[in-house]
Amino acid sequence: MTNHPIFTDNDPQKETITLNLGPTHPATHGVFQNILEMDGERIVSGVSTIGYIHRAFEKIAEHRPFYQITPLTDRMNYCSSPINNMGWHMTVEKLLGIETPKRVDYLRVIVMELARISDHLICNGILGVDTGAFTGFLYLMEEREHIYEIYEEICGARLTTNIGRIGGFERDFNDIAFAKIKQFLVKFPPILKEFEILFNRNRIFIERTSGVGAVDPETALNYSWSGPILRATGVDYDVRVNEPYSSYQDFDFDIPVGTSGDVYDRYIVRNEEMWQSLRIIEQALQKIEKEPKGVFHADVPEFYLPPKEEVYNNMEALIYHFKIVMGEIDTPKTEVYHAVEGGNGELGFYLVNDGGRSPYRLHFRRPSFINYQMYAPMSAGMLLSDAIINMSSLNVIAGELDA
Amino acid sequence: MGKLSNQQVVQSLTSKFGDRISVPNEPFGLLTFETSVGNISEVLRFLKEDKELKFNYLTDITGIHFPEQELSIGVIYHLHSLSNNIRVRIKVFLDGMAPHIPTATSLWEGANWMERESYDFFGIIFDGHPNLIRILNVDDMTVFPMRREHPLEDPNRVDKKDYFFGR
Repeated sequence: MTNHPIFTDNDPQKETITLNLGPTHPATHGVFQNILEMDGERIVSGVSTIGYIHRAFEKIAEHRPFYQITPLTDRMNYCSSPINNMGWHMTVEKLLGIETPKRVDYLRVIVMELARISDHLICNGILGVDTGAFTGFLYLMEEREHIYEIYEEICGARLTTNIGRIGGFERDFNDIAFAKIKQFLVKFPPILKEFEILFNRNRIFIERTSGVGAVDPETALNYSWSGPILRATGVDYDVRVNEPYSSYQDFDFDIPVGTSGDVYDRYIVRNEEMWQSLRIIEQALQKIEKEPKGVFHADVPEFYLPPKEEVYNNMEALIYHFKIVMGEIDTPKTEVYHAVEGGNGELGFYLVNDGGRSPYRLHFRRPSFINYQMYAPMSAGMLLSDAIINMSSLNVIAGELDA
Repeated sequence: MGKLSNQQVVQSLTSKFGDRISVPNEPFGLLTFETSVGNISEVLRFLKEDKELKFNYLTDITGIHFPEQELSIGVIYHLHSLSNNIRVRIKVFLDGMAPHIPTATSLWEGANWMERESYDFFGIIFDGHPNLIRILNVDDMTVFPMRREHPLEDPNRVDKKDYFFGR
């Protein structure tokens, strides 16, 4: 803070007010600090300070075997941690050349799309709260709870899921999980519809959000934006379509795009993406019916932990168990970049491997970090209340911002 | 989607730069090549502004440290041509004592924080950067923590030695 441009400015005749927005302001939904220069209600300039919850994941990852890095990815975007987990598993599978069975791909797609829905639910619900409408948020939070119950059936955890393993899942989805997914597909659409009726044509909501934080596609690309906020400006970039992973090419879905890139467009794009996610989950459930039952991981004994009874009773399983846990597996000395479409945009994993038990270097391309850097420049000239909903609609997650 | 192949990108790069870029390879289909610190600005500008290639999207900038190499600090760029749906990875290796490289902020505004992050963790100096200060670590930190010589945990602890964990 010592050489901060605003703190060193001691001009007694200064006509603006320095305002600390954050780091723990309730309106910012996370640990964000923005030091704003205010002229009345209007922001003249701002400086973002980040790093309050930096936990050195990239350094920690250099000291952990591959399977122990999954819990680190949970804690980046904790609103949609399954996408982070799957993204990491797929990066390692790409490195090791593991081909997953189709059923595993479809199961992953179901979990990832549920995570996308829960991520967008939070963002759009909170956007409603910030514009003064609390009701919609409560409707949506109940549905997020149902998604978390599905996670619980699949992996036992709710928020930091650590879901799946390298090569597939730790266990097959049980019948209750499938029943809950099917129930969600029936119960969720009317509630989302009701939420849209509350907001889409709501005069107050439109006047608060329309035209706020409008961004043109050139600027958005220049700032390396990705995800729903880029698509709201009209650029149809979605990793699921451009570089299909986990058999997304088998699915029929649309990529919603906006026109003006303002807060209202971002809201509409996210809502529409939830409908598309529901479509994808429905298709995935149908496709799973046609796949052989009970397949939930790839057949790679060198990388996928054997069941515990096998370890105690079978020599080979014991050897593999030991080698996996102690990290004495040969891995190719190369580098790999893998990207998935996270809740906020392109979530990339750049992994440099030297054949050791842990990555030589692992870099996370975190969409929140890259999307957020435009926040302070674009806030200049905005009203403070508009800047709040603008931050809300960027959906920056502090854990992913700071990693 | 893919309108360009890696070969076409290589062809236009070698016809423009000749031996100023290294022989490219393709780990997992991602075109990767090295260039020197003197050429990086020109290479990035060419890739971004060429009418055919249109690598207009800067995906990522990050650093890497190989202490045993003569040029020990690496800077790695990932570019993406959205209209051709093709990616490219460019590496530049720098002297570890004084890692200077020209900034990419004149080409992409988004490079600003990515370069600050690389400075923060590896001490890479991006010449011409408008605001090269630490971003995630505390301002009064004196080291660059992602360099390999810095251990993850306090080396004086006796209860967490590597050999207890078989490493």
